[in-house]
Amino acid sequence: MSEHHKETFLTKYVFSLDHKMIAKQFLITGMFMGVIGMLMSILFRLQLSNPGESFAVLEFFLGEKWAPGGVLDPNIYLALVTMHGTILIFWVLTAGLTGTFANFLIPLQIGARDMASGFMNMLSYWFFFAATIVLLYSLFVESGPAAAGWTIYPPLSALPQAIPGSGLGQDLWLIAITLFVVSSLLGGLNYIVTILNMRTKGMTMSRLPLTIWALLIVAILGVLSFPVLLSCALLLIFDRSFGTSFYLSDIIINGEALHNTGGSPILFEHLFWFLGHPEVYIILLPALGIVSEVISVNSRKPIFGYKAMVGALILIAFLSFVVWGHHMFITGMDPFLGSVFTFTTLLIAIPSAVKVFNYLATLWRANIRFTPAMLFAIGFVSTFITGGLTGIILGDSALDINVHDTYFVVGHFHIVMGLSAIYGMLAGVYHWFPKMYGRMMNKKLGYFHFWVTFISAYGVFFPMHFLGLAGLPRRYYTNSAFPMFDGLSDINEVITFFAIIGGLVQLLFIFNFFYSIFKGTKATENPWGSNTLEWTTPVERIHGNWPGEIPTVERWAYDYSKPGADQDFVPQNVPLKEGETEH
Amino acid sequence: MQLNLKKNKASKQLLWIGIVSIVMFFGGLTSAYIVRKAEGGWLEFEMPVWFTISTVAIVVSSALLLFAAQNVKAGKSGTSLLLGTLLLGILFSFSQIQGWGDLVAQGVYLTGEGSNASGSFIYAITLMHLLHLIGGLIALTITTIKSKIGKYTKDNYLGIHLVSIYWHFLGLLWLYLFLFFTYS
Ligand code: HEM
Ligand SMILES: [Cu+2]
Repeated sequence: MSEHHKETFLTKYVFSLDHKMIAKQFLITGMFMGVIGMLMSILFRLQLSNPGESFAVLEFFLGEKWAPGGVLDPNIYLALVTMHGTILIFWVLTAGLTGTFANFLIPLQIGARDMASGFMNMLSYWFFFAATIVLLYSLFVESGPAAAGWTIYPPLSALPQAIPGSGLGQDLWLIAITLFVVSSLLGGLNYIVTILNMRTKGMTMSRLPLTIWALLIVAILGVLSFPVLLSCALLLIFDRSFGTSFYLSDIIINGEALHNTGGSPILFEHLFWFLGHPEVYIILLPALGIVSEVISVNSRKPIFGYKAMVGALILIAFLSFVVWGHHMFITGMDPFLGSVFTFTTLLIAIPSAVKVFNYLATLWRANIRFTPAMLFAIGFVSTFITGGLTGIILGDSALDINVHDTYFVVGHFHIVMGLSAIYGMLAGVYHWFPKMYGRMMNKKLGYFHFWVTFISAYGVFFPMHFLGLAGLPRRYYTNSAFPMFDGLSDINEVITFFAIIGGLVQLLFIFNFFYSIFKGTKATENPWGSNTLEWTTPVERIHGNWPGEIPTVERWAYDYSKPGADQDFVPQNVPLKEGETEH
Repeated sequence: MQLNLKKNKASKQLLWIGIVSIVMFFGGLTSAYIVRKAEGGWLEFEMPVWFTISTVAIVVSSALLLFAAQNVKAGKSGTSLLLGTLLLGILFSFSQIQGWGDLVAQGVYLTGEGSNASGSFIYAITLMHLLHLIGGLIALTITTIKSKIGKYTKDNYLGIHLVSIYWHFLGLLWLYLFLFFTYS
């Protein structure tokens, strides 16, 4: 077995095969993209709250051409919204989240020296990197980046002549997403095979930490759903570049009638959402896994209902393939079919409620340690509830047709997906930072970061529900042309205010992150008193993870505060005592 | 040895899961075909004869590959059979291109005035299958060369095993597509 061997700068930091380094590459790329995506949202929020006003920041970041006189150009508004969604959903919360924690935790928590294929793993990162470069490059092309929304609905995305963003920018978007999918598939294949084959002795499936269960199921979801996105994009590429009519029909553009007949944009929606809905769970599940782990460790209690947690994950994953129609209630869908999708959609509330119940039961009467990671994990539980509740409203077709494509939907998915997954990711970073870098992050800054984030995030997204109920449509450059919305401008100002505060405080987190890499207090091997195997590795990073033999596993990961034990935690590699029963 | 077995198992699993992905990809395309067809305005046409030739070529190639693998397992050389498989694979690709020519001659176009989604789907889907098959041809070429220089023994033939799984899968996928286009 390859244990520690000589490394050069290039093999250690750049073309690394070590899963821990690849995890950091994903994390830092994800954070970088996160900052860009967040900045974009603040720029377009300025336009939404103060339509047509001039801002020096807009001109500073976008230049004279895209923000003439400091006023955001309408086409660039659409481009920014599109890129914001694309970056956050795919780059930050898919690759940044799964790429980081799957790579970091899978070998460490199952007791393996590395991934099944280190080479594929490296390729996975470099495909992601190439995708990143292409996407960023599209920000600098003459006609601007893609502007048809992260869901790239045709015909806007299918006709290069439609708006400036439908041209080269959309081509680059499609190339970037194809590279991205290749990266996810390479990663996903590897995660599955590693978890199935490389577990150390004693690490049965029923002793796997919930993080690993979640990552396994995410990888399966990805392998099943990303190819469908590719097929959807393939037909779009044919329509755009070769003039086929899969999604296009009877279109007159600039006074010219196109030859396309018979195509259907609804077909696109079916294919897209067949990926799109599982994709939102691809984003959520790693966070569910991380939060289970963090809550259990910091409650000093076994996770409540381990088997139910696993079952709920599987059920959520399964159901996520049969609900895509809830994004299409107003496409003229047969009402009976609509009611079928309503039924399957509402079923998801059951396993989701099981999760929430078990988190709360774990916290109940626990001796909680409020570390920053724990606060974010509890924050996750909060947003998962508030966002899930509005999901039930949207899942009911009769209610949804009233608020579809309004800010109600924007509020829903930012809370349940955006915030929950970001909180899960932040919880993960605070929690595993000592293992990643051998140092601790600053706690006080962490608390400040949490509270300001938590308050301003609700400040941004909670009021959006009222905007949506009042009928305010999403993705409009301005609503000032509609007197009925004049009364809502105050709410929009409040939202932008909180968006700016919430954005700024993330910079503090980034400062804390990089400062602590170099100057944080030194970490011990197991600072949180945690049971999982990664905490049995030495503080100094080595390729191969354990200096000697790989530990064997003797118990599950959740023996916290076990009666009769010497400490309030018993790591997984500690054999059962005489007469001790397994949980 | 034990480690090797583990690695073999892992490689096979990698391949199988990759195949599942490919199935989803073509599942997406063919279900789009069904949905689109149900909407009407669908041009019906004859399948080119060359596609039947493709079908025969790929079925025979799979059979040869099966024998090649058996030979290797029995400690004999599989090189000539592998070469046969490869040649039939090339014949398959050639007949696909000929088939497209036939379609054009029938007036079935990928794109432009007078094209119809039914034709566009055939071109797009067969092209995607062919791209996957070219990957298989590359793998077969490498395997054939390795077999020629004696890299495989009766205890070590993982490469042939993997290539077989993929190649048989491509054959089945083609059969599915062919029957699907003909009868759906
Ligand atoms: C009880 C659970 C949930 C239900 C019943 C539900 C239902 C819905 C429905 C019906 C819509 C479509 C609304 C419309 O466009 O009119 C929607 C949108 C959305 N949901 Fe959920 N949801 C739930 C949980 C989640 C979760 C857990 C996530 C992600 C982690 C999520 C992410 C999204 C996203 C991203 C959209 C908007 C996509 C877009 O149009 O851009 N939802 N949800
Ligand atoms: Cu959905």
